[in-house]
Amino acid sequence: MKTQGKAFKYPDNVDTDVIIPARYLNTPDAKELALHCMEDIDKDFVKAVRVGDVMVAGHNFGCGSSREHAPLVIKTCGVGCVIAKSFARIFYRNAINIGLPILECEEAADEIAAGHEVAVDFDSGIITDLTASKSYKAQPFPPFIQSIIKSGGLLKSLKEGERND
Amino acid sequence: MGMTMTQKILAAHAGLDRVEAGQLINAKLDVVLGNDITTPVAVNEFKKAGFDKVFDKDRVAIVLDHFVPNKDIKAAEQSKTCREFACAHCVSHFYDVGKMGIEHALLPEQGVVTAGDCIIGADSHTCTYGALGAFSTGVGSTDMAAGMATGMAWFKVPSAIKFNLTGKLPPNCSGKDVILTIIGMIGVDGALYKSMEFTGDGVASLSMDDRLCICNMAIEAGAKNGIFPVDEKTVAYMNGRCEREPVVYEADADAVYERVINIDLSSIVPTVACPHLPENTHPARELGHIRIDQVVIGSCTNGRMEDMEAAYKILRGKTVADGVRCIIIPGTMQILRECVERGYYTAFIDAGAVVSTPTCGPCLGGYMGILAAGERCVATTNRNFVGRMGHVDSEVYLASPHTAAASALTGYITEYKEV
Repeated sequence: MKTQGKAFKYPDNVDTDVIIPARYLNTPDAKELALHCMEDIDKDFVKAVRVGDVMVAGHNFGCGSSREHAPLVIKTCGVGCVIAKSFARIFYRNAINIGLPILECEEAADEIAAGHEVAVDFDSGIITDLTASKSYKAQPFPPFIQSIIKSGGLLKSLKEGERND
Repeated sequence: MGMTMTQKILAAHAGLDRVEAGQLINAKLDVVLGNDITTPVAVNEFKKAGFDKVFDKDRVAIVLDHFVPNKDIKAAEQSKTCREFACAHCVSHFYDVGKMGIEHALLPEQGVVTAGDCIIGADSHTCTYGALGAFSTGVGSTDMAAGMATGMAWFKVPSAIKFNLTGKLPPNCSGKDVILTIIGMIGVDGALYKSMEFTGDGVASLSMDDRLCICNMAIEAGAKNGIFPVDEKTVAYMNGRCEREPVVYEADADAVYERVINIDLSSIVPTVACPHLPENTHPARELGHIRIDQVVIGSCTNGRMEDMEAAYKILRGKTVADGVRCIIIPGTMQILRECVERGYYTAFIDAGAVVSTPTCGPCLGGYMGILAAGERCVATTNRNFVGRMGHVDSEVYLASPHTAAASALTGYITEYKEV
């Protein structure tokens, strides 16, 4: 899996309440929810984002609520990958389960500037800042998690498991 | 090398003699939980994947608590989805309006969760049940769907931080001040991916409500779970209440911890987390004159009987300050009923507060106490992120029921002093 696009830069502790405010959670409809992605900290995000763009953030991205709506709206907006210094654990789990590519890379998260063109090879974990001509290597996932991602999410991997039993 | 209490519970549920931090395991689940926001997404995933039955109708719990009684048409549709799913699968622990409570106040109260359990819930505050000596953690809707279908979940075995508690809390402090102090100390990602294991001589002095409150906010330090040892108080609480036999696990004497933090409970002071992170803590008395517009006493963190009792003792015979809206939300119908029986309800009304039926409502900015731009609230809830309780330019200060009630009377953030 690969993605290429513009970087949107965010600080430490981006919480699920700003990714998708709870006032909109009276619907499970991803497309409707995605209209409000990030609006409380970046009201122009939804208008500016294009398919393949990447989010670059600090520590503890996705902290707070367990709402799966958070990775879901980011994915629905077209974001190809979230790169952060670290992820809050429920967000990390949810992103894998729903198939939103995420990578932990401290150096890339520090150095990539907003608006830079970034290419990500999700399989190898290579992140390239094309604007600055610099590459970074992110921690790869353990094989067990890679198998969930390759199946297209947790439930699909469970169904595959059932068929192989 | 020994195992922590959490690791022992996980090993037992994975059918293994031992596990170690970092190991990936597949564990059997005792309870799978969801609410009216997360369950509809799980139901959709469950159906889409082609599952047609739940693994055990007695081990799935669905609680309508975030937006009920339904706040609008869309919320009503979500409740309906939950109701129809629960009915179709004969889910025995389905809690609708009239029976419901805030999930993490309700499940321990009703004895649905017990010591030694392995529990997942599609709500981040599922970590609350560690107070009973269970492993319990928040997950998303897809995990809930998978858990409902298979009765299993994968986990990465966590390492742990040990909190060695000594001494006894001052009378104007509660579990909330303990957990806010800890989060202030280690930060909102201070326990990321880890267990917070509470132990030491000081545990005995903490009530079950204190312990439930402390474990509830483990997620606010990034933790996977919080957990207390099972002692006489836990056993007395569970006795005659839990529907399944409790199983008691203890950490090995040589268990490995990443870090040990000593907390002297007698040194805890009334603590407030200022906007916009739970780690931004200060002693209430050092905050100066911060004027407030609203007080909320309730939530899965502080909507239990002792919280209502603290509010009653402070508010009875007094009047809420002019310009302050004081909203009190008992966590379950049983707690609400007890508030009526003990005369708290009348005392709250006489003080100028309003009392609602159980709901998560204002805590997550859903309804029942939304803030306008520039408004400030002292809340016994668990998060004070930007826009959490309403407008992005509003502010939430997290505090104990003592501090919240005392502040309601003065109109500014106030440390409660026993008289």
